[in-house]
Amino acid sequence: MTTAGTYTPKPGAAPLPRMIAAQAALETRMLLRNGEQLLLTVVIPTLLLVLFSSVDIVDTGRGEAVDFLAPGVLALAVMSTAFTGQAIATGFERRYGVLKRLASSPLPRWALMTAKTASVLVTEVLQVVLLTVIAFALGWSPHGDPAAVLLLLVVGTAAFSGLGLLMAGTLKAEATLAAANLVFLLLLVGGGVIVPLEKFGSTGEQVLGLLPISALSDGLRDVLQHGAGMPWGDLGILAVWAVAGLAAAGKFFRWE
Amino acid sequence: MRSEPVVQVQALVKRYGTKTAVDGLDLVAQPGVTAVLGPNGAGKTTTVETCEGYRKPDSGTVRVLGLDPVRQSAELRPRVGVMLQSGGVYSGARAEEMLRHMAKLHAHPLDVDALVERLGLGSCGRTGYRRLSGGQQQRLALAMAVVGRPELVFLDEPTAGLDPQARRATWDLVRDLRADGVSVILTTHHMDEAEQLADDVAIIDGGRVIAQGSPEELCKGGAENTLRFTGRPGLDVGSLLKALPADCTAAELTPGSYRVVGKVDPQLLATVTSWCAQHGVMPDRISVERHTLEDVFLELTGKELRS
Repeated sequence: MTTAGTYTPKPGAAPLPRMIAAQAALETRMLLRNGEQLLLTVVIPTLLLVLFSSVDIVDTGRGEAVDFLAPGVLALAVMSTAFTGQAIATGFERRYGVLKRLASSPLPRWALMTAKTASVLVTEVLQVVLLTVIAFALGWSPHGDPAAVLLLLVVGTAAFSGLGLLMAGTLKAEATLAAANLVFLLLLVGGGVIVPLEKFGSTGEQVLGLLPISALSDGLRDVLQHGAGMPWGDLGILAVWAVAGLAAAGKFFRWE
Repeated sequence: MRSEPVVQVQALVKRYGTKTAVDGLDLVAQPGVTAVLGPNGAGKTTTVETCEGYRKPDSGTVRVLGLDPVRQSAELRPRVGVMLQSGGVYSGARAEEMLRHMAKLHAHPLDVDALVERLGLGSCGRTGYRRLSGGQQQRLALAMAVVGRPELVFLDEPTAGLDPQARRATWDLVRDLRADGVSVILTTHHMDEAEQLADDVAIIDGGRVIAQGSPEELCKGGAENTLRFTGRPGLDVGSLLKALPADCTAAELTPGSYRVVGKVDPQLLATVTSWCAQHGVMPDRISVERHTLEDVFLELTGKELRS
């Protein structure tokens, strides 16, 4: 049945780039295969964009609704993948011993985290392309510097990833599932995604404005809707969240 | 085979809070198959997971292939295969997909198709991991442990919950690994598994190794063994006794049912059957009961091993 010598030891790790590429590809496949994840990352942002652009439910201020909504929905897309999706997926990977098993494979931990980040970025690119196409179809006319948009998306991703991993690495998988969805819902409503922050009063606006989702949606809106330059204030808020979140995740993350 | 031990554990202590899981454990595993045997809670998994680098010893030293599993992890990991007691696979991944992925993390992996066929994982097809049967999940975890062509594999209860055929398939693979020079450390609470597979058995209880040796060495000694047969009632037991070595006893327990107690070896069996032939007795249902690891374990610990 098996020829002698089949199992003769010949150990060795694959080259790092190959390991990271394989891991990123697997993580991305797992994410795209998961129905609930797709609901969060694709269906909900798309529905919100289409629905609120075409039906006048929320007063989005002067101008076309889509010009207000598209930046908010892009921010939501980043949050859905980097925070909610990543937290839930990583929480269950921890629960099911995937992180533990990978920890004894040749793949170093930092390479696993690199692969996870790559998989988040790939998913975000797909989301941004999809949402941009839909927004254009709805009559979106964006302004501003693409580099500023890119920087906001990247720093926003870092901020949400840190918070997502912090949650996944410290709470039980079921708690992460519930909390990540709840936070998604709360930030969707109170983070300037579809409802302008002015609606929460001036104190509300100031407090909510410090949330990462508000900073990201506000920053994207400044650039894309109003053609502003680099929104340093919002970038600063996101950077603080990113540093604090990633540092806390690095310190408190438990692998099993 | 190399002569240096594959695993050396010295005075290992590991506590979880106030509970001491491993309490000054010493274990040396030579190349070949070593079974770590013990009841649930004996400290088997903690010991193995310390060797795998998952846990840091509270005190004592652990060397695997001569390396420190925590500090020299990067060097050690590619050389060692790990099968966890459960889990370790993405819930959405298919069996073959996960195995292929593990193969990609290694420089010279086994042929995945052959391994899938060998372990009967081909039928899993496109089924996600969570919907595989327990046996399929176990076999996948085993395949993941060996696919990187390691020098040493750790199998934590590799046949727990398997049906007899799947158990045989796992045993056959372990034998093939051994024949090809892969060392295996396996934990089990099945006696027969240790007897069948292991060159060396370490019995663990209460966080310590309480006995170690080959299955034969462990089964030798201790209480005496028994030979039974049935024949017509009222045979001359005194005449049988004279034919037997001096340290044996013989008795008719119930009419027609005879028992010989002593050192049961091929010579003793031949003596009994030739005595029967001389006396025109057909020894029906002749059987020998030799010491098993289970008896040894009971003697050593006074505990039931199976749980």
